[in-house]
Amino acid sequence: MASDSNRTHDADSTGKSGQVDDRRDEALRRIVDRTPTRLGVGRAGPRPTTASLLELRADHGLARDAVHSRVDETLVDDLELVKLRTQVADTDQYLARPDLGRELADESLETLRAECAHAPDVQIIVSDGLSSTAVEANVPELLAVLRDGLADRDIDVGTPVFVEYGRVDVMDAIGEELEADCCVNLVGERPGLRTAESLSAYLVYGPERGLPTAKKSVISNIHDGGLPPVEAGAELVDLVAEMLEREASGIDLRDDDREFTT
Amino acid sequence: MSIQTTNASAGDRFDSVVEVLAKANEPKTGDELAGIAAESDAERVAAKRALAGMRLETLRENPVVPSEEDEVTQVIQDAVREPIYDEIKDWTVADLREYLVASETGDHEIAAIRPGLTSEMIAAVTKLMSNMDLVLVTSKMEITARCNTTVGEDGTLSFRLQPNDPADDIDNIIDATREGLAYGAGDAVIGVNPVTDTVETTTRILEATHDFIEEWDVPTQNCCLSHVTTQMDAIREGAPADLVFQSLAGTETGNDEFGVDVDLLDEAYDLAQRRCTSSGPNVMYFETGQGAELSGDAHHGVDQLTLEARCYGLAKRYDPFLVNTVVGFIGPEYLYDGQQVIRAGLEDVFMGQLHGISMGIDACYTNHIQADQNDIENLAVLLAAAGTNYFITVPMGDDVMLNYQSNSYHDAAALWEIFDLEPTAPFREWLVDVGLWENGRLTDRAGDPTIFT
Repeated sequence: MASDSNRTHDADSTGKSGQVDDRRDEALRRIVDRTPTRLGVGRAGPRPTTASLLELRADHGLARDAVHSRVDETLVDDLELVKLRTQVADTDQYLARPDLGRELADESLETLRAECAHAPDVQIIVSDGLSSTAVEANVPELLAVLRDGLADRDIDVGTPVFVEYGRVDVMDAIGEELEADCCVNLVGERPGLRTAESLSAYLVYGPERGLPTAKKSVISNIHDGGLPPVEAGAELVDLVAEMLEREASGIDLRDDDREFTT
Repeated sequence: MSIQTTNASAGDRFDSVVEVLAKANEPKTGDELAGIAAESDAERVAAKRALAGMRLETLRENPVVPSEEDEVTQVIQDAVREPIYDEIKDWTVADLREYLVASETGDHEIAAIRPGLTSEMIAAVTKLMSNMDLVLVTSKMEITARCNTTVGEDGTLSFRLQPNDPADDIDNIIDATREGLAYGAGDAVIGVNPVTDTVETTTRILEATHDFIEEWDVPTQNCCLSHVTTQMDAIREGAPADLVFQSLAGTETGNDEFGVDVDLLDEAYDLAQRRCTSSGPNVMYFETGQGAELSGDAHHGVDQLTLEARCYGLAKRYDPFLVNTVVGFIGPEYLYDGQQVIRAGLEDVFMGQLHGISMGIDACYTNHIQADQNDIENLAVLLAAAGTNYFITVPMGDDVMLNYQSNSYHDAAALWEIFDLEPTAPFREWLVDVGLWENGRLTDRAGDPTIFT
């Protein structure tokens, strides 16, 4: 079988059927151009073309790398974050045991107590979560805006920290230990195939271990193709100020139907 | 109660049926996270031995969540046909396995004992079966169901077309529908997951898919997978739905997390019978998946396979047209890798069919689980061999709204070709009429979405 005969979308014909093909190609372009979905990909027999098969695998590879690679240590140093780690030993365990990703390792607890300011207005936390790529792509810009914006309003940010193998709720443990009024946790989200750079910011007022998800607020989809990090930083400043003023977060602050995915 | 294996040694004693069931399960991260899994392979096999010797009556009399506390248990217990149960209650779980795999046992013989089985018995036998056991016995069962068309008939393999869009954009949803139909996918249902769970969005999606189906005269059914109460409101206001959908859990508290209970599901079923645009009689669609109860802290210390079986026990009450497990969606803390996903997929389809419901699968994975497209293609081949009723398919395997990967539209054509199967008869005839099917396979025109413009 000639492979060409099964490839539906090549503009391969001229002559009598040329006009029909032109019209079809135009209709196909309209479909393909307006959707984020992989449409009009064609086929080789009953299987995808080699190009679309390899494109899918390449995108999946990027997503997998974002889950399995670690955040660059020099970035953590440059941002002057105190380095902490949860009770998780490695990526495999991180994926299988969300409970261990919510508690700091013993030596990190000591570091936290020794090096971080007690009882800040806001404790800022950066966690690798499910995407180191998201942290590296967004946190430098976002953190600068967040720190400056909070400083302008005389809100004390204490000593910001980085948590390796951190889950969303590690902010409960850290906030409780430091007796922070509230916490902001910037977490790498589960990568999709379209982008591995999506970051979310989770917030809690009155952090303590075991606080239900509904008591937390979130700003999600932070990346250049979604909510850009600079804008997200500005939104976070407003949200933190509101939380501190109203002494609340999550459903206590407003109706919040956003999803919690980490 | 103390349960002992026949060749007892230290550590081979178990305190309860729940403990035996949990420890006899094949390895699953969700059971480990719940702290109820076997602590070693030796203990796992000891539990399997204890389970093999357990009588079906013991399982009936010790439901994993007590009847007084849980309406799912009540539904399962009430559905048992007592004279059939009386005939098999003295069987051990090993007897049941050997009955099912026997060469003399076919669809008829399985149907003969089905009304005597509870979900716990079905979960128990599943734990004793190897992957090939599961494929073999599933392949014996032919469970059909009819909405506008009939799925599950011998020689057919059907597909749900899932044209989701991250903005609920109707044009994009219809374009993805065009693409799927051009590959011959969509005979099970054109089913859309909305981003926004509102009556307005649900109505728009139902109307658009309904109109497209009417315009092109496609012999299939539509569905919008919002919360059941949203669909009910939309249907009461006149939205055209062929099926009513809901996610199910295997415990009352798990269903409470999903915002449903038996009364509400009864009401939905009643409404669907009166107001769905399809001819029926099967008008319900359910999705399930191992681990949902633990994720909602509603597992009562019970393992995720047994709770999954109970979902099917509940689903059966509503004579569903479609039920599928969404097997790799939940994440690595419940099913860790390709091996666990494949195992769970085989278990779920087997358990659903043994309950007598029309069972399919969303063979899928997220990007933080240790699996890739090859794993779900493996699972699709195994389950096509097992005779599952249908698979979920999305464009190039990539659902950009739910952010996960499933089988591709292309997989439909490949599975038909490998196993010499076809879509449902009316859908196949329609494909012939629109020039997409001849001589038992897709034509050269297939794959071109502009055919439907």
